[in-house]
Amino acid sequence: MSENIGRIVGVNGNLLTVEFEKPVVQNEVAYAALGESRLKAEVIRVRGRYAELQVFEDTTGLKEGDRVDFTGELLSVELGPGLLTQIFDGLQNPLPKLAEECGFFLQRGRYLEALPREAKWAFTPAAKAGQTVTAGETIGSVPEGIFQHRIMVPFGLRGQLTVDGVAAAGAYTVDGVVAKLRDADGVVHEVRLMQRWPVKIPIRAYAERLRPTEPLATKVRIVDTFFPVARGGTYCIPGPFGAGKTVLQQITSRYADVDIVIVAACGERAGEVVETLREFPALTDPRTGKSLMERTLIICNTSSMPVAAREASVYTAVTIAEYYRQMGLNVLLLADSTSRWAQALREMSGRLEEIPGEEAFPAYLESVIASFYERGGIVKLKDGSLGSVTIGGTVSPAGGNFEEPVTQSTLKVVGAFHGLSRERSDQRRYPAIHPLESWSKYEGVVPSEQVALARRMLIQGNDVNQMMKVVGEEGTSIDDFTVYLKAEYVDAVYLQQDAYHAVDAATPADRQTYVFGRIVKILKTKMAFESKDAARKFFQHLTQATKDWNRAEQTSEEFGALEARIEKMVAEVTDYA
Amino acid sequence: MHRVYHRIERIAGNVITVQATGVTYRELAQVTSGQGVSLAQVIRIEGGRVDLQVFAGSRGISTDSQIRFLGHTMQVPFSESLMGRIFTGSGVPRDKGPAIHENLIEIGGPSVNPAKRIIPRNMVRTGIPMIDVFNTLVESQKLPIFSVAGEPYNPLLARIALQAEVDLIILGGMGLKHDDYLFFRDTLEKEGALSRSILFIHTAADPTVECLLVPDICLAVAEQFALQKKRVLVLLTDMTNFADSMKEIAITMEQIPSNRGYPGDLYSQLAARYEKAVDFDTAGSITVLAATTMPGDDVTHPVPDNTGYITEGQFYLRNGRIEPFGSLSRLKQLVNSKTREDHRTIMNTMIQLYASYKETLEKQSMGFRMSAWDRNLLKYGERFEAEMMDLRVNIPLEQALDLGWQILADCFSPEETGIPSKLTRKFWPKRTTAA
Repeated sequence: MSENIGRIVGVNGNLLTVEFEKPVVQNEVAYAALGESRLKAEVIRVRGRYAELQVFEDTTGLKEGDRVDFTGELLSVELGPGLLTQIFDGLQNPLPKLAEECGFFLQRGRYLEALPREAKWAFTPAAKAGQTVTAGETIGSVPEGIFQHRIMVPFGLRGQLTVDGVAAAGAYTVDGVVAKLRDADGVVHEVRLMQRWPVKIPIRAYAERLRPTEPLATKVRIVDTFFPVARGGTYCIPGPFGAGKTVLQQITSRYADVDIVIVAACGERAGEVVETLREFPALTDPRTGKSLMERTLIICNTSSMPVAAREASVYTAVTIAEYYRQMGLNVLLLADSTSRWAQALREMSGRLEEIPGEEAFPAYLESVIASFYERGGIVKLKDGSLGSVTIGGTVSPAGGNFEEPVTQSTLKVVGAFHGLSRERSDQRRYPAIHPLESWSKYEGVVPSEQVALARRMLIQGNDVNQMMKVVGEEGTSIDDFTVYLKAEYVDAVYLQQDAYHAVDAATPADRQTYVFGRIVKILKTKMAFESKDAARKFFQHLTQATKDWNRAEQTSEEFGALEARIEKMVAEVTDYA
Repeated sequence: MHRVYHRIERIAGNVITVQATGVTYRELAQVTSGQGVSLAQVIRIEGGRVDLQVFAGSRGISTDSQIRFLGHTMQVPFSESLMGRIFTGSGVPRDKGPAIHENLIEIGGPSVNPAKRIIPRNMVRTGIPMIDVFNTLVESQKLPIFSVAGEPYNPLLARIALQAEVDLIILGGMGLKHDDYLFFRDTLEKEGALSRSILFIHTAADPTVECLLVPDICLAVAEQFALQKKRVLVLLTDMTNFADSMKEIAITMEQIPSNRGYPGDLYSQLAARYEKAVDFDTAGSITVLAATTMPGDDVTHPVPDNTGYITEGQFYLRNGRIEPFGSLSRLKQLVNSKTREDHRTIMNTMIQLYASYKETLEKQSMGFRMSAWDRNLLKYGERFEAEMMDLRVNIPLEQALDLGWQILADCFSPEETGIPSKLTRKFWPKRTTAA
């Protein structure tokens, strides 16, 4: 391979202008020489003899005439066993290993291999010599933690291939060749435990894409019951700062009913990632009894890390998610926050002096966001099994105003909208998902007519509350007042959930069905009260009892006792007339 | 190998352009003009032309002024002898002490590897119930104080500085009124805290570009002390002035503005500073408190808005009090489970009831009849404001919690508060009868 070298002619922030002679490829990776080290960069525009490169590092110290090496390869990630439990930066550098080498601070120009090269994996072959395979089909497998990690025909190979030979069962490193495939032209391709894939291109080695229908339980009541998420679906959580986006994401990453969780901390606080990576190893996954970390992978490009790598980080994350989907697993990708990624696009667009769109975001923002969320989905693989990538992205709208371009572009392409409200978070009503403004197009875990009834009650209660602000309590009939109290009751005991309580933090789907059934029954009950004060007092007692009920283990005696107590309380005020 | 140039092609705002070769990005240069000597920094290189931002401003620079490139980026001295000293935004002594040149370190260094961070675990006690009880300050936290001009944010910062248990205080003043600078200096001196403080002060009268350097210098020094196992508290006031200086430079450089004239990278720029707050796993820590004034009391203004997304909560200072609504310490959950078992409950219950009080107040102002419940709330709200919210209240956390129970018991029956029965049995003051 001949060398392709360019020279720097301009530096503006992390944008380099490079003069080149031989052909260059749009989006190829290049390295700018800085003394002994090399800074990774990506070609983002070519004009005449000049290529413009975004550098994934701080550019301090670069000067005119410095050398740039073009690699001819698109920005890619390594896919293979050993990804899970790791913590990568946006360019797939393992951060703990980087810390071992460089100490407290991130050093520019240090790039490490994502997958450990020495580790050996016990390979069990599945394919046989002479068999015909296509891209994405299974050659064999290795155990990776709690999963059988499938070794697949590289996704980039085209057409039918014949298996020339498969390695015997045994221990191999990720570089080890485990199979040889012959394509239609007679060219032999080697299959290793590891393959590479360009991050900005979706993996399409499956039989067909299906419609997401099955609910994905997050164990957050307001989500699963009112605004459900489906396996293979997409949802977004926009909200002003301090409304609890990140806490909601963290809870979901803990309790969601999926095989693998990929957390992409994109341009957010480092502290939040630290909470995940320090706490997860100690937490057990109720599904497997193993550490939660075994199903988790963190891509972390926090706000003070270089901006260009922030854009890469969401793609790195979704590519790894697609890879595990190819093994028939259900993957949940949590991106926090997509606004930061959009801002990274805006910064680059500004440096390129492109004509700005709304709020100076580039005109292509919408299509970029759409194609990212479209990488979520549930697919039928070539062996008939199902795999899914569910994407949940937070959005941090400027000023908490949902009319801004990132929120609006996102809402067009997602299947569920969990809008967080400043008003509710100020009232300490967590999770602060707005019960009247949010929506979901997916099926939930409880019967839909029950949800409809509760929603009606919430809307009516809100109306009464608005009215009461004008005409006062004395101008409100006791029936309307009871409706208002019932709505407040649902809000307090069902919509709100204590994220820091061991039991209340996670409500499994069956408990939700059970509890919600009870609550709907209470809502339907006609009640008679002597006065509004009596009604208020009753609901205060009922709320407290129901909250205690939420905090009791479902299997405990207390659970039954409290339920009986609640029933008795309701019976006392029931109007049998 | 110092290279000297004499032909300035363009002077616009505080940015000058010169034809030069071999200049590295972000390198420093010394500009000598009729107005004296100033430092300048390379902010763009384009086809042989170099743009420099002149720290002292471009006023008085002539087209043949001398520009000497220094071959290094911005540096600041670091040693124990910085303690008790006061400097300008570019590190020149502002007090009458000698200049320090030893042990130079670069500013604006790389960020900390997230894998080397630890979960914050130590509460910073301030003696202010609105902070200690409701929005606990945590070591290594980064927290802005949102307020409008005229609120006592500087006295609040000073009080936290004096009462917080830390080893070292670094104060960064940006666009500070001279009076305020003297206030900080005198307060620290009077309370005997100046000897453990370092001040980097840019006053409103100083050149704009120096304002941009203040946070970086403060944090670079703080970082070095933290690595020496010191617990450092960095106070920055006021970050809105910092953002405005950035805006000024960006507009001069003809960058496309994104929101109200601020550059598109405002978020990243602010984050790069705030994210220096850290708790090292085998060394010290940096806690950052930054005053951010909100122009027109508008929290959706780009500066407070972007800040809010970066920091771990915020304090709203309004009418001389820390507002319970909107104020939030994101990290309080990490420490308030270890203080006392009733801490969280008191925190949540009292705020929820205070919110109900506010609603009742609205109803009252519209002339509606007050129910028994409303009357209890009114009584509660008044006591809460007088005994908890007032910034003059100075009591330790435990005492504040006891006071909270007392106020609740004086106004409500246990069920009305919605507190879990387990806790009311243990903490509800016995002698009072429910209302």
